[in-house]
Amino acid sequence: MTRTWAEFLGDHEAAPVEDAGDRRGWFERLRDSLASSRQALTRELGFDPGDEESWERIEEALIAADCGVGATVEIVQRLEARDPTSQAELLEGLEEVVAELVTVDGQERLAFDGPPTVVLVVGVNGTGKTTTIGKLAHRLRESGRSVVLAAADTFRAAAEEQLEIWAERAGADFVGSQRGADPAAVAFDAISAAEARGRDVVVVDTAGRLHTQTNLMEELAKVRRVISGRLEGAPHETLLVLDATTGQNGVRQAQLFDEAVGLTGVALTKLDGTAKGGVAVAVTHELGLPVKLIGVGETLDDLQPFDPRDFARALVAQE
Amino acid sequence: MFDTLSDKLQGALGDLRSRGVLTDEDLSRAMREIRLALLEADVNFKVVKDFVARVKERAGGAAVTRSLTPGQEIVKIVHEELTELMGSGGSRLAFAGRPPTVVLLAGLQGSGKTTAAAKLALLLRKGEGKSPALVAADLQRPAAIDQLEQLGRQIQIPVYLDRSTKDAIAVARHGIEQAQAQGRDVVIVDTAGRLQIDEPLMKELAAVRKAVKPHNVLLVLDSMTGQEAVAVAEAFAERVDFDGVVLTKLDGDARGGAALSVKAVTGKPIKLASTGEKLDQLEYFHPDRMASRILGMGDVLTLIERAEQAAEVDEQEEMERRLRAGQFTFDDFLQSYRMMRRMGPLKSIVGMIPGLGKQLQGVDVDDRELGRVEAIVLSMTADERRRPEIINGSRRARIARGSGTTVQQVNQLLTARKQMAKMVKQMGKGKMPNIQSIAAAQRRR
Repeated sequence: MTRTWAEFLGDHEAAPVEDAGDRRGWFERLRDSLASSRQALTRELGFDPGDEESWERIEEALIAADCGVGATVEIVQRLEARDPTSQAELLEGLEEVVAELVTVDGQERLAFDGPPTVVLVVGVNGTGKTTTIGKLAHRLRESGRSVVLAAADTFRAAAEEQLEIWAERAGADFVGSQRGADPAAVAFDAISAAEARGRDVVVVDTAGRLHTQTNLMEELAKVRRVISGRLEGAPHETLLVLDATTGQNGVRQAQLFDEAVGLTGVALTKLDGTAKGGVAVAVTHELGLPVKLIGVGETLDDLQPFDPRDFARALVAQE
Repeated sequence: MFDTLSDKLQGALGDLRSRGVLTDEDLSRAMREIRLALLEADVNFKVVKDFVARVKERAGGAAVTRSLTPGQEIVKIVHEELTELMGSGGSRLAFAGRPPTVVLLAGLQGSGKTTAAAKLALLLRKGEGKSPALVAADLQRPAAIDQLEQLGRQIQIPVYLDRSTKDAIAVARHGIEQAQAQGRDVVIVDTAGRLQIDEPLMKELAAVRKAVKPHNVLLVLDSMTGQEAVAVAEAFAERVDFDGVVLTKLDGDARGGAALSVKAVTGKPIKLASTGEKLDQLEYFHPDRMASRILGMGDVLTLIERAEQAAEVDEQEEMERRLRAGQFTFDDFLQSYRMMRRMGPLKSIVGMIPGLGKQLQGVDVDDRELGRVEAIVLSMTADERRRPEIINGSRRARIARGSGTTVQQVNQLLTARKQMAKMVKQMGKGKMPNIQSIAAAQRRR
């Protein structure tokens, strides 16, 4: 079953069942967006279980999808253990194994508490943090929640303007500051504003930073500390925004951001290109971090809850 | 993290002195290690295949099989082949006989085009004495124009923009005309990020290219890109026939195999590399350094450059003068620690020193340790820093309290300074210090 927004936000018991057409819509879109990797897998497989080269081609296809050497070896081993005898069995097995690898039990939803619920969004430069936040705010607003967006990216030129435009589009409150201001102070103010106005969710945007920049990572850790100090239990979610075109460096990113701020999940963006997003498999495999959201396009509606089964199916399914 | 190809091959092939001859099996094991190293560095798997075949051919030769250290020999071959692969084709931009020279930047969303545009403008002004201008033709991303405008203001380079239209071609054309009219000799056009499969936007980009006839079209590529890099580069090469690549975000720890793939598949050279967030951190590309990086080998040149950048010139001179005089107070100590911190995280510095990576495997290189050192020194009075010999027991207790450390930690630092001062004195007398004896003294304590 495809995961719906209502399920992701924990509203599915109360809310009416989402339109099935809409659901298929995004599933198709994900499949389309992953089309090239699917083609690569199915075109090059031509599977013969007894043939060493067949297995090598599977390996290559997974490597080409950016799954990384470690996760690829794991997938192939699990697949071999299933002893597939035909192409159909192989593809089915591949789908199941990939789905297994990207599933983290009990981590399917966005954690809500509060109010306000605080979502801290982090990542390296240019992965799409601000855009993802804009889309998330839009979905939260649609679900009837009130939202405050906090522009704690006080470094990049015009970052605040960009977030403010998204806040307007989504109908969310906006808390900003001077460029060069202390990002932790912005987060603090935003939580205070949300409490004063009775808002449900605060989403904190932070400046993109390379995970190797110690000082900037320390700054981020401070933002987190200040949030925790301001509101007990916060941040309820700390999401790493990861670009689907990223290679194996994505694992390092996840590792170091996790060390600095304690991640709860990943938002995988830019899946609408031909990028395979296999780095998500590597990240979940190596670090046990769940993918929670995927970005499949540029419009407001193109942010979706992550569904392991769909992701795997889209990655390996045959037309 | 510190697994270098060199270490792995040493492990796989060992020392021939003990065995005499390299077997076929040894060779294929080495090739497997090379393949893995390249794949982990995000080199495209097809490129890896060809590359490994080429290395295998050379590695089968007499020079390797007879070498006493076949691992080193093979690493050398791999390094040479990588450099060769990335190095052919110059990194200089083409300048127009009749100015202005037009540079068009293109790439995926988030690859760093806008920042690269500003950095390139600054580089051309500083390094080539040009008077550049910027054109804001990214009309897609919210606030992209504001971003370029703010960057332009920071580096005092004019930015041409037009908020009233969504026509990128008109903006680009008009911007270049304006720049020319004002006597600017280079015009850098920033464009919207786009996916290579986004037909309308790729069409727009091709149309911009046709309209402004750039002398340089540069693909801006994130060095963290994975296997996708090849598809991106092929599509952009086909549609806008770019001349070279600007590799961004190289200050991270990405191995940057994507760069190699792009060069191998499209034949377009990497011209420039961005090595930091500051606007003056863009430099011409060095293929040999990139080869070392992909292989996870040390990068001494970058290390030296970073050290130079980290220390202000007068700071260096002052330090040198004091060292020559054989002085090394806690003020000097603090200053040298701060210089080191400015060079970046310790781990990344250590990774650049050949051989050290392996030695320090499993050792936790802790940046916080440096912070502690700084705290201790800052808890000393000015007098104490100048004349450390006056620091007695009660002063030590006070310093420990002030810096949130223990007397033991303060003592360690006092000893460390003493040893460094001794080294400095020796150097002042023109003798190289015997590091081993100092290390031995450390251990004896």
